[in-house]
Formats: sequence, structure tokens, C-alpha cells
Amino acid sequence: MSSEPNVAFVASGQIPPSAPPASEVGPIHWLRANLFDGVVNSILTVASIVAIVLLVPPLVDWIFIKGVWNAGSLSGCREVIAAAHGEGVTGACWAVINERFNQLIFGFYPSELYWRPILAFVLMLAALAPVLFSTLPRWMLWFSAAYPIAAYFLIWGGLGLEVVESGQIGGLLLSVIIGVTGIVASLPIGIVLALGRQSSMFFIKTICVVFIEFIRGVPLITLLFVASVLLNYFLPPGTSFDLILRVVIMVTLFASAYMAEVIRGGLAALDKGQYEAADALGLNYWKSTRLIILPQALKVSIPGIVNTFIGLFKDTTLVSVIGLLDPVGLLNPIRATAAWNGILWELYLFVAVLFWIFCFSMSRYSMYLEKKLKTDR
Amino acid sequence: MKTSVFLGTLAAAGLAAGVAAAGTLADVKAKGFVQCGISTGVAGFAFTTAAGEWDGFDIDICRAVATAVFGDPKAVKFTPTTGKTRFTALASGEIDMLSRNTTWTYSRDVDLKLTFLGVNYYDGQGFMVPTALGVNSATELDGATVCIQTGTTTELNLADFFRANDISYEPVPVETNAEARAKYLAGACDVYTTDASGLAATRSTFENPDDHVILPEIISKEPLGPLVRHGDNEWGDVVRWTLNVLIIAEEKGITAANVGDMAAAPGKDPEINRLLGTEGEYGAMMGLSKDWAAKVIAAIGNYGEVFEKHIGVNTAIGLPRGLNAQWTDGGLIYSPPYR
Repeated sequence: MSSEPNVAFVASGQIPPSAPPASEVGPIHWLRANLFDGVVNSILTVASIVAIVLLVPPLVDWIFIKGVWNAGSLSGCREVIAAAHGEGVTGACWAVINERFNQLIFGFYPSELYWRPILAFVLMLAALAPVLFSTLPRWMLWFSAAYPIAAYFLIWGGLGLEVVESGQIGGLLLSVIIGVTGIVASLPIGIVLALGRQSSMFFIKTICVVFIEFIRGVPLITLLFVASVLLNYFLPPGTSFDLILRVVIMVTLFASAYMAEVIRGGLAALDKGQYEAADALGLNYWKSTRLIILPQALKVSIPGIVNTFIGLFKDTTLVSVIGLLDPVGLLNPIRATAAWNGILWELYLFVAVLFWIFCFSMSRYSMYLEKKLKTDR
Repeated sequence: MKTSVFLGTLAAAGLAAGVAAAGTLADVKAKGFVQCGISTGVAGFAFTTAAGEWDGFDIDICRAVATAVFGDPKAVKFTPTTGKTRFTALASGEIDMLSRNTTWTYSRDVDLKLTFLGVNYYDGQGFMVPTALGVNSATELDGATVCIQTGTTTELNLADFFRANDISYEPVPVETNAEARAKYLAGACDVYTTDASGLAATRSTFENPDDHVILPEIISKEPLGPLVRHGDNEWGDVVRWTLNVLIIAEEKGITAANVGDMAAAPGKDPEINRLLGTEGEYGAMMGLSKDWAAKVIAAIGNYGEVFEKHIGVNTAIGLPRGLNAQWTDGGLIYSPPYR
């Protein structure tokens, strides 16, 4: 039996795989899996599409197509729109942003000195970079440590630079000063408070608990009023304890108390075994805290920490109630100008976009950090 | 140690308070500028220009006082205050004077220990309705829906007015002027009521201002003026007479343009001569220079000029003089004699 003549066919190779059915690949599959996955989802998808179609074209039309960038006043805007698109048509009057852009960003900062806050802002990014991204060389941290002093002299002047008074600082510059100082200072203070609250030493623990519970139990507006109004009575008249400094201190204290609780949550999430393992290795309190406990606790707390940061940055707009002119506070005097009286949406939209840029960046960085520190999968 | 720091602070506070009691005028002269409390934005009265300067009807009072003391309308620093912080800012000494749409009332004068120094604008609560409604008087507003800012005296005045006239209304509560404007334009209420100057300012921003009319009734008294702390009489005199100088200047026909000529040599009218320093030593009585009033008028203009520049009929706000005309023209603007 040397051969098998009645074997009709032997495959000489593998059969090429056939294409999957149309419903399992490509755009149709994606649509089915993501947009029309069941009755409820289909209804929601259709409703969303209708909403987008109804909302976006008029908005784009109002903002971009009929928007006016060059005019001297609100009535000027209306004339331009009426001339271009006919009577009774409405469009955005961005001319107010065009005219008051510098005011919304810098407040009443002298215009010939704008380079100083801009330089301070660029240096701030450079100072934050080594803190935020661990791939950068460590010696840059020395620059970060020196930055606050440099920024103070750049913004307020001194050391040969022309002095700029706090009353002239406003707009986004003010928000960034208050927000960034509060954010940077509240994290270390919050960590110390959170550790203090877990301490077995009665005195330290009591101080931390009282501080956290007192500050958390009081609305930020109340603290701001204390800063602006009450401190004036306690301090001797004539001592001009800068209002911005007072507000920065209050905002920092407020954020620290919240930060402490966020980090305490992270500490509580750690397994008791981690503490015991650190003790078993013979590490003392500071070493175990620094090497074992905090890295894990902080990692767990990242979303909460960034949440507090974003909340704090947005809370800086509350300073307008005590007469400080942050971007929201500046809208009132701008709208009181005869030329721009009656403008509303354009100004608020602009301020919203300013804040969105900052808050969204923080949120994206937090996502990056969480991804980078993800070790459990 | 903490106790000693605390006591030290108290002692310093007492010392500084003693210094402050020596007089705001001396303090102001020593520091070289007037710290003036202003509002955070009221159309025509306080607003920021594109150049980043404060300007407006209330702002010019601050600048006039700065000119009176230093001869320089720029020797003033502004502290924006809100309705909640204005009186404490003044009482605590953070600001030297307040020029901020503040109504002169009994309790503010007596209980809050503030000294009102005159009236630079007589305001009062009014009504605005669409012309299409065909209403000519507020007494015809029976059953109307009224947009009203909550928690203000205007709310109480409104209730009083409608009760006194035995007619009914339906309030539509709003929080701010901007919200009221939007609601009123959308037709959510038939009537918008607030101070008449605010109504005029709001109406001026409409696309078709002529479609709306401000009714003749004024149902409350809102005299607005600058103020200082109680017991600060020398400083109060400076602010009071700066305002009076602006008023007398209009009465006597002295303007920013002609004050230079009139102050150059004594004229026929002895009051003008006294005012502009060509006769007598009137400035020295207050610790100011002889020609302080002439400098104020040259830098700021007279009351009428300031009025027309910021809120008069030719501005976007378009307020007629009305009660704020000179007493010689049937208004209430009246200054005691300068002698």
C-alpha cells in the first residue's frame, strides 16, 4: 500500500480566514455597540443628536458667523450686525472682550509692566514642571523652591523693580495668584494635618481636629469677610496688611482643611498590613510614613486632591463679594460703562472659557498621573 | 510670649487709634493720597474705562476731594466696596471717605455712626413699562406683574405704594439688575421697578429704548451722597465743602473753561472772589491752599458739568436734571453760602 489513489483531495495549505460578518466589524458594529445598544440607548442617542442639531448651529451662528469683533460699543455692535445681516438679527458682541481683554487678564496692572506677570507665569510653568513630571532632572526642584520669592518681586515689584500695589492687581492674574498659592500651600499643610489627626499624641491630634473641623464648618465667604472686614478691627489702623495676602491666607487655610480630609481618606484606605509591614522592617515613624504609607495614600487620593484643587481655583471668584476685582468682579464695572451696558453672555462666556482652560488642564494632568502610577494591573 | 505679642498689638492699636483721632485730614496729607471707597460698578456713577481708570459721577467726587487737598485729581486711590463691606471699610479706617450710591438714612447716620456730608444725587424709586401697555401713571397698574429685586428697600416701598393706592400687584422676584433686565425684556413682568437712575440706565441699553417709558411717579426718597466717619469733623468739612464748591460754581456760572480767567483777578461778585481765593483767606480756615476751590473746578468742572458728562441727557444714561437741578431752576441742589 504505497499510495492511496482514492483520496480525492488533500489541502496543501491553510484556508484563509473569511471576513467576519458585517455586523461584527467596522462602523456598523461600532454604532451598534456604542450608540444603539438596546432600546433605551437608542432613544438616548436619537435625543442627543436632536439636541445637538438644535443647539449647535444657532450657537455657532451667534458666536462666530454673526459675532462682531471690532466696534466701540454695544450699539456699535448692533449697527454692524444690522448692516451685515439685516435688522433684528442678533449676534455676539465680542468687541467688548477685544477692548477689555487686558483688563480681564491683568486688572489695573500698569500696561508697560505686563511683561512681569507674563514672565512670572512662564516661570511658574517651568517651576511646576519638575514637580509634575518625574522624568525631568531633579536639580530643577531648586528652581521651583526659589520661584515663590522671584514671583513675589516680579508681580509686586521691589529690588529695583517698580512697585505695583495690590489694588492694581486684578483679573485672571488675581485668580491665578490666589488659586496657585492656595493649591501649592494647601497640599503640604493638608498632609501634615491629616497625619496629625491620626497621631497618637493627644495634644497634636486635638489641635489638628479642632482646626480641620472649625475651618470645614465655616463657609469660605465667611472667612473672606473675616479677612476683609474683621481683621481691620483687630489690626492697628494704619497697618496696611495687604488684602490679597489676607485672602490668600484664608483660602489656603480653607483648602488645607479639605485637603487634610481627602488625604485622611487615602490613609484610611490603606490596609493595616502596610503599617505593620513597615514596622516589621524596623522603619521608624518618619521613614515608614515617607517610604511606605504616603506614596500609597497619596496615589489613592489623587482624584480627591485634584477635585479640591479645581474647586479651590473656581472658589477664587468668590473674592468679588469683598470688592476684589477678579474676572467675575470686573464684569460689573465693565458693564457699568455706558458703551457696554447691557452686555451679559459674551463676558460670562469669556470668563467661563478662561476658567475651563485651567480646570480642564488640571483634570487631564490628574488622569495622566493616575495612569502613570497604576501598578496593580 | 503669645500674651505679650497680643498686648503689644493692643497697645499699638491704641496708639494708632490715638494718632487717627488726630484727624483724617492730617493723615491724608501725610500719606499723600485720598483712599476713596467706591462701588463695584453702577452705570454712569462708577465704571472702568478701557484705559483701566475708574470714572463716573461718584468717582469725580473723590477726584474733587483729592484736588482740594493736593491740587491733583490723580492723588486718589480707589477701594471697590460692595453693599456689604462699604460701612465696615469706612468705620475701620481702611478708606477715608465713601462715595458710593449710598442713601442717607436715619439709622445709617445715627446708629452706624456715619456722617453724611450732603447730597450729590436725589434719586427715588420709579417704574418702567412698555409703551405698548398704554399706561400713563403708576396708579393704573392694578393687577400688574412687577419685577423687583428681593431684600431691598424698593420691595418695601412697592408694597407700601400699592397698598396706599388700594391696587393689587404680583411680584416677580429677581436677584440682580441684569436678571431683571432679561426678565423684563422677555415679558416675564409688565413693570420693572428700581431707582429711577437705574431704570434710565437699563432702558438706555435696550435695542429699542423708545418702546419703553418711565412713569412720572417717584415713590421713595433716595438722597445719595458722600460720607465719612463720625467725629471726623475737619475731614468732613473738606469733603462737604468740596461738594458745595461744585454746586456753588454751577450756580455762579463758573466752569472748568472760565475758572482760570475768573480766578486771575477779583471780579464784581464777592462770593466768587471768596470762592476762588482772590479775596480773603478762606482756604486756610480748613487747612487748604487759598485757591483750592479754583483748582477743584479747573480739574473736575462744576456740578452741572460733572452731571452732564456722566449721566446727563446727552449721555447714554440720559437722565434729566429734575430734582437735581439748581434751586434757582426749581431743583433741590442748594449749597449754603461761601463766606
